[in-house]
Amino acid sequence: EEDIPQIDKNKWKGICVYVDHVEGNIHPVTFELIGKARELASKINHPVYAVFIGENIKDKAEEILHYGVDEVFLYDNKELVDFRIEPYTACFEDFINKIKPSIILVGATTVGRSLAPRVAARFRTGLTADCTVLDVKENTDLVQIRPAFGGNIMAQINTPNTRPQLATVRYKVMSAPQRNDEKSGKITLMDIEKEKLNSNIEVISVTKKEKEVSISDAEVIIACGRGVKSQKDFEMIKELCDLIGAQIAVTRPLIEAGWADAKRQIGLSGRTVKPKLIITCGISGAVQFTAGMRGSDCIIAINKDEKAPIFNVAHYGIVGDLYEVLPRLIEKIKVSKGA
Amino acid sequence: MDILVLIKQVPGTNKVEVDEKTGVLKRDGVDSKMNPYDLYALETALRIKQNKGGKISVLSMGPPQAESIIKEAYMMGADDGALLSDRKFAGADVLATSYTLSQGIKKIGKADLIICGKQTTDGDTAQVGPEIAEFLGIPHVANVRKIIEIKEKSIVVEMDMPETVEIVDIKFPCLITVEKDIFQPRLPSYKKKLETKDREIKVFSLKDFDDKNEKKYGLNGSPTQVERIFPPSVNNDKEIWQGNSDELTEKLYKKLKDLKFIQ
Ligand SMILES: Cc1cc2nc3c(=O)[nH]c(=O)nc-3n(C[C@H](O)[C@H](O)[C@@H](O)COP(=O)(O)OP(=O)(O)OC[C@H]3O[C@@H](n4cnc5c(N)ncnc54)[C@H](O)[C@@H]3O)c2cc1C
Ligand SMILES: Cc1cc2nc3c(=O)[nH]c(=O)nc-3n(C[C@H](O)[C@H](O)[C@H](O)COP(=O)(O)OP(=O)(O)OC[C@H]3O[C@@H](n4cnc5c(N)ncnc54)[C@H](O)[C@@H]3O)c2cc1C
Repeated sequence: EEDIPQIDKNKWKGICVYVDHVEGNIHPVTFELIGKARELASKINHPVYAVFIGENIKDKAEEILHYGVDEVFLYDNKELVDFRIEPYTACFEDFINKIKPSIILVGATTVGRSLAPRVAARFRTGLTADCTVLDVKENTDLVQIRPAFGGNIMAQINTPNTRPQLATVRYKVMSAPQRNDEKSGKITLMDIEKEKLNSNIEVISVTKKEKEVSISDAEVIIACGRGVKSQKDFEMIKELCDLIGAQIAVTRPLIEAGWADAKRQIGLSGRTVKPKLIITCGISGAVQFTAGMRGSDCIIAINKDEKAPIFNVAHYGIVGDLYEVLPRLIEKIKVSKGA
Repeated sequence: MDILVLIKQVPGTNKVEVDEKTGVLKRDGVDSKMNPYDLYALETALRIKQNKGGKISVLSMGPPQAESIIKEAYMMGADDGALLSDRKFAGADVLATSYTLSQGIKKIGKADLIICGKQTTDGDTAQVGPEIAEFLGIPHVANVRKIIEIKEKSIVVEMDMPETVEIVDIKFPCLITVEKDIFQPRLPSYKKKLETKDREIKVFSLKDFDDKNEKKYGLNGSPTQVERIFPPSVNNDKEIWQGNSDELTEKLYKKLKDLKFIQ
């Protein structure tokens, strides 16, 4: 290539996390990203920032100070009460121009996936989607690793000659830091011209969806695949769930069979989960499934086929028949509980 | 009403090869198809046209063989189609792709509503729609799961958020990306195939654009670089248990107890 001018990376400092929220309720992916940002920042000796855009969010910003950020930049205006793309992008632009962060991490939520690309395009810089691993080089280049082609390929992506560098990360991929009792860091209120907050979008209504138990938040999951022969066998699985405090989840074929609600599907076209324990029962371990659960702390797989690919991701693999093992396990637990 | 649908050609399977040196996909000789999510975008346009009239154009960026998905769109009912194709566009990341498409959109003329799929099955970023909207300077709404009303100067849609559903009214011109299942896509029709077999597909290259600066397109215009591609890791730190059912159950029970999942 001909001589492309190189940018001065020293002019860009700080690792920033976008505070994802709806009506001031901060999405937990935000804290996970703050944890990651802190880890990266310590390698290159940069500060950790958060940018928080909304209305009446001062109190909520205080909460962020319990998670180890150096500075929260606050855009608090009545035009920002609901997420609308133009004013939110304008605030982000204002922040970047004034603070010049090197790296920006955004949760891959509905809002984040809409906002981050818009900001990246405005600054003609790179944005890497759905990163599963992040690291940083000495020269402040962000090392971004992400799956593509339905998880069949991992790509390591670099943004070598533009700043800021943007990346999105799905919920439950990184780990949230412990909340400190003490606060640290400070809150800085940012000013922005009113004209920049105009929008061609009008929010007519925001309705809460019915609160549902989300498998994304479960600490223990029992996941069933096609090795479970009929819907009525869920009774046995549910009994085990009750005994160990687990949520039930399924692979896509069981959703297609109409055996469970689509919200219980794990995988690429379902939810990502990161429980402390997942027990997979009669699941082969297709990449589209494992893409949604490989980050789990402990994976126990039960499958009668010793060649099943699920055993490549499992920490403990049980080569056996679930109809033999699970009833015995249920009995044992019941006995131990004295029931 | 003028509706523009953006469609991408993707590999027919998920098993694809990557050029080790550039990290760019080897697309030659790979069986390909229309990005399945774009079928929902096209169907949405067709339903709007059924109710409100108007014209549906489709636009794609890709190698010459991507004409086949434009033909497919004709068979489903699109009126008009164009392909942006030039060696100089090759190796584009999201930014360069979106910029190229936005230049193409300016070339083919005004659209009131631009509809994109939610994501593709290859690059899989879901970023192209919002970036195009930025380059065109128009509002966008992503993850639309329902069209509620088409008004004279705006469209009212339902957006799916993690814990809420938002109903928003967006003024034209605007861009939306639609969720799958917004409408069930129709199949290509044989009758339409015959009707449209000679229909023109316009092809534009860099020389047709307002901005002819080569540095903004293809690999040169891409701020992200794929440094390496590798298969997902396997976990080597594992135990495999075999034996009779009683032994297996005993081991499992003990493990759950050690890990404190059973008190
Ligand atoms: C392994 C791998 C990882 C990658 N990761 C990244 C990354 O993180 N960041 C990055 O910037 N680039 C990345 N790329 C490059 C990027 O995926 C594509 O090159 C880019 O051209 C299109 O992005 P997409 O396929 O993700 O489209 P999406 O953003 O998922 O597509 C959304 C919608 O935009 C429209 N659309 C997209 N492309 C076209 C087109 N060519 N013609 C017409 N309409 C279209 C369609 O309506 C589609 O439904 C990656 C490529 C590979 C092979
Ligand atoms: C674009 C795309 C997206 C997809 N997204 C998802 C997704 O999000 N989530 C998802 O799950 N899938 C998804 N899939 C489907 C995926 O490819 C697999 O088809 C699916 O995960 C297989 O489900 P399974 O493991 O339940 O079934 P199977 O693959 O049929 O496996 C059943 C397993 O049960 C074992 N078994 C049978 N009987 C017993 C017994 N008595 N005891 C113990 N073991 C037994 C068998 O040995 C076998 O390994 C997607 C596919 C595509 C193409």
